[in-house]
Amino acid sequence: MWKWLHPYAKAERAYQLCNTLLPYFAVITLVCLVIGWVWGLAYAPADYQQKDSYRIIFIHVPSAILSMGAYSSMAIAAIIALVWQIRNAELAVISIAPVGAAMTAIALLTGAAWGKPMWGAWWVWDARLTSELILLFLYFGVLSLYHAFEDKKSAGRAACILAVVGVINLPIIHFSVEWWNTLHQGSTITKFDTSAIDPSMLWPLLINIVAFAGFVGLVTLIRLKNEIIQHEKHRPWVRELVGRGE
Amino acid sequence: MMNHSYWQLFISVYKKDVTLAFRQRSEIVNPLLFFLIVITLFPLAIGPEPALLTRMAPGIIWVAALLSTMLGLDKLFRDDFNDGSLEQLIASPYPLPLSVLAKVLAHWTTTGLPMVLMAPVFALLMNLEAQALSATVLTLLIGTPLLSFIGAIGAGLTVGLQKGGILMSLLVLPLYIPVLIFATSAIDTSSMSLAYGGQLAILGAMLAIACVCAPIAISSALKVSVN
Repeated sequence: MWKWLHPYAKAERAYQLCNTLLPYFAVITLVCLVIGWVWGLAYAPADYQQKDSYRIIFIHVPSAILSMGAYSSMAIAAIIALVWQIRNAELAVISIAPVGAAMTAIALLTGAAWGKPMWGAWWVWDARLTSELILLFLYFGVLSLYHAFEDKKSAGRAACILAVVGVINLPIIHFSVEWWNTLHQGSTITKFDTSAIDPSMLWPLLINIVAFAGFVGLVTLIRLKNEIIQHEKHRPWVRELVGRGE
Repeated sequence: MMNHSYWQLFISVYKKDVTLAFRQRSEIVNPLLFFLIVITLFPLAIGPEPALLTRMAPGIIWVAALLSTMLGLDKLFRDDFNDGSLEQLIASPYPLPLSVLAKVLAHWTTTGLPMVLMAPVFALLMNLEAQALSATVLTLLIGTPLLSFIGAIGAGLTVGLQKGGILMSLLVLPLYIPVLIFATSAIDTSSMSLAYGGQLAILGAMLAIACVCAPIAISSALKVSVN
């Protein structure tokens, strides 16, 4: 496996890999997003109790899942960067962080918009809401630490260390906050066979989750390409690339 | 022979930091004064009713403890970074996590321990009952070294920056949340005359993990900052 993976430690190969993967992600995102949103927002049946306002689930749940998924992938990239000293992994950490922060913010905002009519409050200090908010703070921490350093080389490493420290703390924070206060409903789709959600709503939701995952991957790839180009701008292959106008 | 010299390194780093703090007493006194002033602000802001204060005391005491720990953290590596002795520690053949452990413990001795000792006075100011008093002291005793360990990671990451102070609080305060939750819940439970051993045990477990893991994280952070 290492033989297969280690060429991508080279910036040029990683850039080419980004280019190869980009169209697949773009197609998956576009197709799933259109199907998922049209199906979920227009055709899926309305909830018997929450009427149409439940439809925010099709944005809220995927973004919440991806906010955590993005953090774990960021932490994995950070561990790879620290252990094997792979520069591209550092760039990947920095590429994922703002996307994950945006997902967290979307999850919080859509949650607030749903909470107002349903719970009667924009914000309650419930365990899940609070840990999602803390997740947002952790993302902000990584981002602001990276931007505080003049020297981008140490900035990347510092951000990686913080991401790893954060991922060790995340479960502790999550369970302590859970233990502290719980109002949020349990997950709807933890077990597929005994799912608490009707299939007519489950399928558009799953498609939306795939779409959001594709979207996160897509934006990360584009950002990673940019970062690689910026960090390698003195290399001949980048000059050649820019010269060709690609 | 080798073990002996590791121990000597630990003791000498610890002694140096504690001696420096005692030479400059404001370093020890200022966080305490800050703690006292923050606690004074709360009754002025929310009203002096004893029942209300009793209810809010655990939270207020712990938030004040978090803030005054943050105050001292910026100094933890700053002076050593400026005069180059941090670089010497990194370049020395001894393991960096060991000297970092000594430095963090010295920091706790000069900022956390005085807070623990003064805690009964603060608890009286906030109208806490006698049974909650011992819980306050115990949670501070276990919790403040934890704060020093976690905070030192942030201090290590930001020591090379010109204006690291405010950034450090942004990095560190979210990581303090579990400590805050369990400590205040222990005091709350004790004021209802219930057993609070469980919360203390969790705090102790977190301290044990931090003792082992934090020095490693701090030393890699320092290596990034110094290089």
